[in-house]
Amino acid sequence: MMPMSHTVTVPNSTNLPPAIIPGEPMLVIRDLHKSFGEQHVLNGINLTVARGETLTVLGRSGMGKSVLLKLIIGLENPDTGSISIHGQEIAGLGLDGMNLLRIKMGFLFQHAALYDSLTVAQNVSFPLERHTQMSESERGDRVKELLTSVGMEHDLEKMPSDISGGMQKRVGLARALALQPELLLLDEPTAGLDPITSGEIDDLILKLQKEHSLTSIVITHDLQSAKTIADRIALLEEGKVAMEGSFEDLAQSKNAFVHEFFKRDS
Amino acid sequence: MGLISRRSCFLNGAYGLQFMESTFTSTGTFINHSLEWFGDLGSFSWKVIRAAVTKPFEFRELIRQLDEIGSKSLPLVALAGAAVGAVLALESRSSLVRFGAKSMLPSAIVFSIIHEMGPVITGLVVSGRVGAGIGAELGSMKVTEQIDAIEASAVNPYKLLAVTRILACILVLPLLTLVADFSGVLAGWVATTLADPISFHRFLTKGFSGASFSDFLAPTFRTCVFGLIIGVVSCFQGMRTQGGTEGVGRSATSSVVLSSLFVILADVILVKLILIFFP
Repeated sequence: MMPMSHTVTVPNSTNLPPAIIPGEPMLVIRDLHKSFGEQHVLNGINLTVARGETLTVLGRSGMGKSVLLKLIIGLENPDTGSISIHGQEIAGLGLDGMNLLRIKMGFLFQHAALYDSLTVAQNVSFPLERHTQMSESERGDRVKELLTSVGMEHDLEKMPSDISGGMQKRVGLARALALQPELLLLDEPTAGLDPITSGEIDDLILKLQKEHSLTSIVITHDLQSAKTIADRIALLEEGKVAMEGSFEDLAQSKNAFVHEFFKRDS
Repeated sequence: MGLISRRSCFLNGAYGLQFMESTFTSTGTFINHSLEWFGDLGSFSWKVIRAAVTKPFEFRELIRQLDEIGSKSLPLVALAGAAVGAVLALESRSSLVRFGAKSMLPSAIVFSIIHEMGPVITGLVVSGRVGAGIGAELGSMKVTEQIDAIEASAVNPYKLLAVTRILACILVLPLLTLVADFSGVLAGWVATTLADPISFHRFLTKGFSGASFSDFLAPTFRTCVFGLIIGVVSCFQGMRTQGGTEGVGRSATSSVVLSSLFVILADVILVKLILIFFP
């Protein structure tokens, strides 16, 4: 698939991120803390994601995996610590600067979060309408191209309520890819799906990663999925990274929590 | 007997203390929650104002909301206005006949509708229909992460969702008030003429005799404030929804209750201000 080139509109700001520096890590997270009231969700997360790498974040439910993604894209603010994308610390960015970074990120929500008053095609077209100079016909072609790449080319005019959970995830993925992001954040892309659909979504993510040379952070509970798509895995425990490494490294670990986590699934 | 009475007195005293303590605690909690609510409302309003004055403007969404809030409220507002006009004519007639002031009936109907009934009925009908709709729609978008998805797409949700709805409410309320006024006067004439035939032209001439432009302008445009209240309160309640479908229900209900309450309070204040500035 040849991605169609398009111009992304840039918000006016004096506080914009610098140009991308080759060889620099895509994402650096240092000593990140986040609490909700008395509940400490993240207790000093440290992570680095290289350009083109797929990092899978595993962990028990309620360990703050989804919160981590929301902090990266600026939907939540950290209590302390730093998140740096393309070498730019996001804490100092204004709304325009943050939006410019968001344009370079794609986010697939856990339940797809499609706009339920818009059709499948309109959902994918939404970011294109707002951030590109494309004409209506160019946008239509790009939407078709994106939906074809996720196998949803026959459902353009359907409403999100008329398609299955797996199909919604595919459309969500197409929407996340609409602006050709450099960093893709996927929140449990296979959660609630049957094993066959999960496998299809994994294959789709792999295919898209290869085609677009994407850097991805994937949150999942699904070890099979992690094994298929991850270059590296980070396992969260008590709001911290308990262990990082390849799937094999973690599977052979003697750490009691890591061992328990992997044994339970196998 | 004395022991029992002393014991019951002690128990009553303990109960009284407990009651006072719980009353103070619940009053304190209520005040805390109210202050928190107004603080959050202030912060929300600031974000909306900032979003409203920065480009790009969401004209397409504004037009959609004008249709959604305006055109679709029109039949209900017209019907409510007509009902009020007819009831006003029937109720006023017997009183005015008793005092020998039957000829004042057209003026009584027209002035009551234009000054008070039209604007207030429109405000309350719209706060019911639109307030519930906005509260439920935005609440549902919030709990299904659609608002987060808008923000993640580098689009300001305050601009797209709140500014457009609030502006539409402000623009549409005076127009809907005109419809309520017209249907109220028309129904008032119909009700009057059924008992005592009078031509519509004569009814209007008598009704508007002695009326100035300010009699009409100030009450109609005070509904812009009602629109602002309905839009801001409903969007605010919707966008702060928590707790799944139950939360959506709560947001829809609280949007209607709070916006109706504030519309009535604003009406009292605005009537006083209008009387001061347009005596």
